[in-house]
Amino acid sequence: MEPAKLLVQGVSKVFRDGRKPLDTLAAIDLFVNAGEFVTVIGPSGCGKSTLFNIVAGVDQPTSGIVAIDGDAQGERAGKSGYMPQQPLLLPWRTVEENIMLGLDVRRLPRRKAEREAYELLKRFGLADFAHHYPATLSGGMRQRVALLRTVLFNSSFLLLDEPFGALDALTRLSLQMWLLDLWQTFHSSVLFITHDVREAILLSDRIYVLSARPARVLRVIEVDLPRPRRSEQLALEQAVRLEQELTTLLLKEQQS
Amino acid sequence: MKLRWLAGYGPAFVLGVTLLAFWELYVRAGQISSQVLPSPTAIIQALIEHWDVISIHTMQTLLETVLGMAVAIEITSSGLTARRDHREISSVIASIRPKTMAVAIVFGLILAITLEISRWSRRAVYPLLVISQTIPIIALAPLLLIWFGIDLGPKVFVVALYCFFPIAVACADGLADAEPELINLLKSMHASRWQILWLVRLPGAMPSFFSGLRIAATYGVTGAIFGEYVGAYQGLGIYMQLSVNSHAIVLVFAAILVTAVLSLLLFGLVSLIERIALPWYHGTVIERKLS
Repeated sequence: MEPAKLLVQGVSKVFRDGRKPLDTLAAIDLFVNAGEFVTVIGPSGCGKSTLFNIVAGVDQPTSGIVAIDGDAQGERAGKSGYMPQQPLLLPWRTVEENIMLGLDVRRLPRRKAEREAYELLKRFGLADFAHHYPATLSGGMRQRVALLRTVLFNSSFLLLDEPFGALDALTRLSLQMWLLDLWQTFHSSVLFITHDVREAILLSDRIYVLSARPARVLRVIEVDLPRPRRSEQLALEQAVRLEQELTTLLLKEQQS
Repeated sequence: MKLRWLAGYGPAFVLGVTLLAFWELYVRAGQISSQVLPSPTAIIQALIEHWDVISIHTMQTLLETVLGMAVAIEITSSGLTARRDHREISSVIASIRPKTMAVAIVFGLILAITLEISRWSRRAVYPLLVISQTIPIIALAPLLLIWFGIDLGPKVFVVALYCFFPIAVACADGLADAEPELINLLKSMHASRWQILWLVRLPGAMPSFFSGLRIAATYGVTGAIFGEYVGAYQGLGIYMQLSVNSHAIVLVFAAILVTAVLSLLLFGLVSLIERIALPWYHGTVIERKLS
């Protein structure tokens, strides 16, 4: 059998900031199979971003195993497309050049990188903006550009940290659909962070609910709504029941 | 757009003309001897009459200023990036004036190595940079004359010392200002330290660099004149000194006028280069003002 895209086993993280150690993650177990859309949801400040930094290879766990494609030993940086909460576009690069950032890091020849970037912009409807500077774009557009940059760097495994958190409801919905289109085009495996319950249900195959800090997995929920997903499905009886269950769970965690 | 930009200077223009008019009337009314305080029109007249001499001195001062600023930029850039081609640029400048350049390059290289090595050494060097700015140039200039002679070298050194600080501090702050999340993003792409510097930190520091350069441009001419004042063959500084000694106060004012215009031109030139080099930056500034 093919190894899981991502396997996280007993990963914990203790920050030593000053004298008092800060327990952020307490033994997290989760996995993402190839082509799966998996969401991590939890109360704010529970250490979701720390988990992402560890998976992205920016940070190291205090204990536990992180394996990408079955490899637990090798360098993790470069093996995922990591998208942080803010779009973090470089203001001195045009949209096209921003999307090419990861290819520049990989030292791909300029010509080839430009062609790949332009193809992607065309496929996902941003070709008209190729030569705009990010400052001239709306918030939703910037987020799309950041997402395409992530995909162009590594489309097989995406780490998306609350990418739509700062957007208004309508823009958010259109970007969610756009993301699902992207995901199906590239057959990506996705690990997604959110604290929006409806977003988690709409997008995911499986949801991990984390506790307040130190974070551990409270519950694992399989979402068996049919694909392709549409926002109307959130009104289905099973979706509503799921939403209530998750909201109750998170509310209890937020208070404690 | 252009008209509005000009209109922004309207109040300053009105105030300036009013002050000049008062000055002119005060002198013309015989309230003060025109030997002691010449009127603005007399200054302009003297400037035109003596332009053949003053222009030679002006070119000398301009040369010192530009070279001094180039040295300051060179020290900063080699200090912050430690790349070989910076040494090549500096060797071109060095062929003009070996002794000063040798000092600047050695200094620059030491800085380069120390700043590159670690955060600890950065912490060690930064305060020394600040201390270097507390050296009173007026006391240092005569010493430089004794050490390096009366020609171009010491003047370039004084200008470099003046300009180096604003440029270096602005650059260092600009480099350190890169968003940590952005650095993390590059790390997640497995970018090397060098790539992070080249792709993110350096371009991000360019606006700060130009801010520093603009300040340096206004300091530079004054620095060169300081250097000339204590001894030189040519230059606006020595010209002022000679004019004072021969009680030709009107020529001192003429030289001051040229100094001011020179500083403003350099300032404008730096701003112009910035606009051409960083089109994106001016875009963002405009947007921020609107929102």
